[in-house]
Amino acid sequence: MLQIVFDALSLGSLYALGALGIALIFGVMRLVNFAHGDVIAFSIFALLWPSTDAMAIVFAGNLPWFLLIPFVLAVGAGLSVLCEIVVFRRFRNTNPATMMIASFALGFVIRYFLLMLYSSRPKSISLLPILSQPVEILGARLPLLQLITIIVTIAILFGLVIFLRRTRFGLEMRAAAENFSMARMLGVRANRVIMGAFALSGALAGAIALIFGIQTGTADIQMGAAVMLMAFISTVIGGLGSLAGAVLAGFLLGAASVVMQVILPVDARPFRDAFVYGAVILVLLFRPQGLIAARGTKERV
Amino acid sequence: MTLLNLVDVSVRYGRLTAVRGVSINLKEGEVLFITGPNGAGKSSLLRAIAGVTPTAGGHVEFDGAEITGRTPEDIARLGFSMVPEGREVFGSLTIEENLMVGAGMHSRTPGWKGQTAADLDSVYNTFPILKERRNQQAGLLSGGQQQMLVIGRALMARPRLIAIDEPSLGLAPNITDQVYERLIALQAERSLTLLIVEQSSTRAVMVGGRMILMRSGQVVLDGDARELGNSEAMQAAYFGYEDH
Repeated sequence: MLQIVFDALSLGSLYALGALGIALIFGVMRLVNFAHGDVIAFSIFALLWPSTDAMAIVFAGNLPWFLLIPFVLAVGAGLSVLCEIVVFRRFRNTNPATMMIASFALGFVIRYFLLMLYSSRPKSISLLPILSQPVEILGARLPLLQLITIIVTIAILFGLVIFLRRTRFGLEMRAAAENFSMARMLGVRANRVIMGAFALSGALAGAIALIFGIQTGTADIQMGAAVMLMAFISTVIGGLGSLAGAVLAGFLLGAASVVMQVILPVDARPFRDAFVYGAVILVLLFRPQGLIAARGTKERV
Repeated sequence: MTLLNLVDVSVRYGRLTAVRGVSINLKEGEVLFITGPNGAGKSSLLRAIAGVTPTAGGHVEFDGAEITGRTPEDIARLGFSMVPEGREVFGSLTIEENLMVGAGMHSRTPGWKGQTAADLDSVYNTFPILKERRNQQAGLLSGGQQQMLVIGRALMARPRLIAIDEPSLGLAPNITDQVYERLIALQAERSLTLLIVEQSSTRAVMVGGRMILMRSGQVVLDGDARELGNSEAMQAAYFGYEDH
C-alpha cells in the first residue's frame, strides 16, 4: 500500500515539475513550449561526450553530486534562455498558435542535433548509483531515489512559492503572468521577466533530466517527449497558466497512472494509458477551464 | 515648462486610422481632459503615448526626450504613469502587492525601502479603504475601490504625469465624485500633471482645467474646460452637426 503511495507521488513529482516548467512560460508569454521536453533530453546528454557508440563516454557525469546537480540545472536553464533569445523573442507578438508551432519545430531541431551527435541508441549511464539502493520505511522497501525525488520536488515547490511570494522578481513575475501589458506600463521589464521564466523553467527541466536519468539509468533522446506529454496534459487539466493547478494536476495524473496499474484487471493493464487518457477527457468535459482557473482570466463583474 | 509634447501623432490598426495627426502640448502641473465620442481615438492616443500601441507617424516627447517607439517599461520609468481603461488591477495579487509592483521601478535607487514605506503610507492615507483591505486579493474589491487602487498604484511610481483612461467607467456617480475629489487633491498637493480621458465633458466642466475635444481621430477643439463646456461650438463639434 505504502509502495503505491510512493510510486504515485514520485511519478506525480516528475509530471508536476514538467507541468510547472510549461506553466511558468505560458504564464508570462502565452507560449505552450513543446521544446521543453527536448531541453530535458539535452540536459542529460550534456553529461556525455558526443559519440555515436553504444557505450556512453561520460563527461560531466562523473562529477561529485554537489557539482553535478548545479551543472545539469545550469545546462537546462542556459539552453532554455538561449531558445528564448534566439527564437521565441522574435515571436513575442505573434498569436499563440504560431508560437506553439515554432516551439514544436525548435524541439525537433534540438532533438535532431542530439541525434547527430549521439545517435538514436539509448545509452546507459549510471549517475549517483548510491541512490538506487533500497531503503526500508514502515515496512516498505523503496529505492532511495524515490524518496529523494519526492523530497526534492516538495523542496522545489516550497522554494518556488517563497521565491514568487517574497522576492521582488517573483512579485513582478506574478504580475506579468496575470497582465503582462499592465505590468510593463508599471515599469516591469519584459525581457528580464521572460528570461527569468525561461531560466526557471529550464532549471526545472534539468531537475527532471537528473531524476529521470538516475531512475532509468539511460540517456534516451525520446525521454523528454514522454514526460512532456503528461506534463502538458497536466498544465491543461490544471488550468493553463495556473501554477498551483499544474502541480496539482501533475500529482493527480501520476496517482491516476499508478492506481490504475494496480486496480485494473490484469488483462486490461497493458492498456492502462487508454484509461488514464479517458479520465483526462472526463475531467476536461466537466471542467474545461481546468481544475484551478488561471488567474487573470477570472474577472469580477 | 512643457512636459509632454505630441507632434502630428497618428495611430493605425491595419487599414483603419484611429488617430490622425494629433499635436498636443501639455505643461507641467496642467490638468488636461481629452473628451470625445466613442471611437474618437482618445484611448488609442493614450496607448500610443504609453508605448503600448505603435505610432504610425509623428513623434512624442516626454520631459524633453523623444519617447516615440520606446517600450512601455522605459516610458513608465521616465515618469509617465498610465492607468488604462477598465482599471486592470492584478486580481490575484493582494492590494499591497499591487501597490508594490507600482513601486518596483525604483528598487535600484538608494533609500528605496524607506521611500516606499513612506509612499505606501501616503497612499493609505489618501485611500484608507485600501489600508483596511491591504492583504486581500485585489480582484475582490468593488469597482470604485479598484479605481482607487490603480490610482494609488500609479502614485507609487512617483510619476511626473498620470494618464487615466475613463476613470468614471462603470462607477456610480457618487463613487466617481469621490475618485475625482482625491485625484484633484493629489494633483494640487504634488503638482502632478494629469491627462484624463473621458467620454463626456461634464466632469471636465465640474473639475476645470484644459479640455480637448477629439472626433474621428482629430483634435477639433482645445480650450478652457469651463468656457468650452456647454458652448454651442462644443455641442456642434461633439456631435458633428456641421457635417450635416
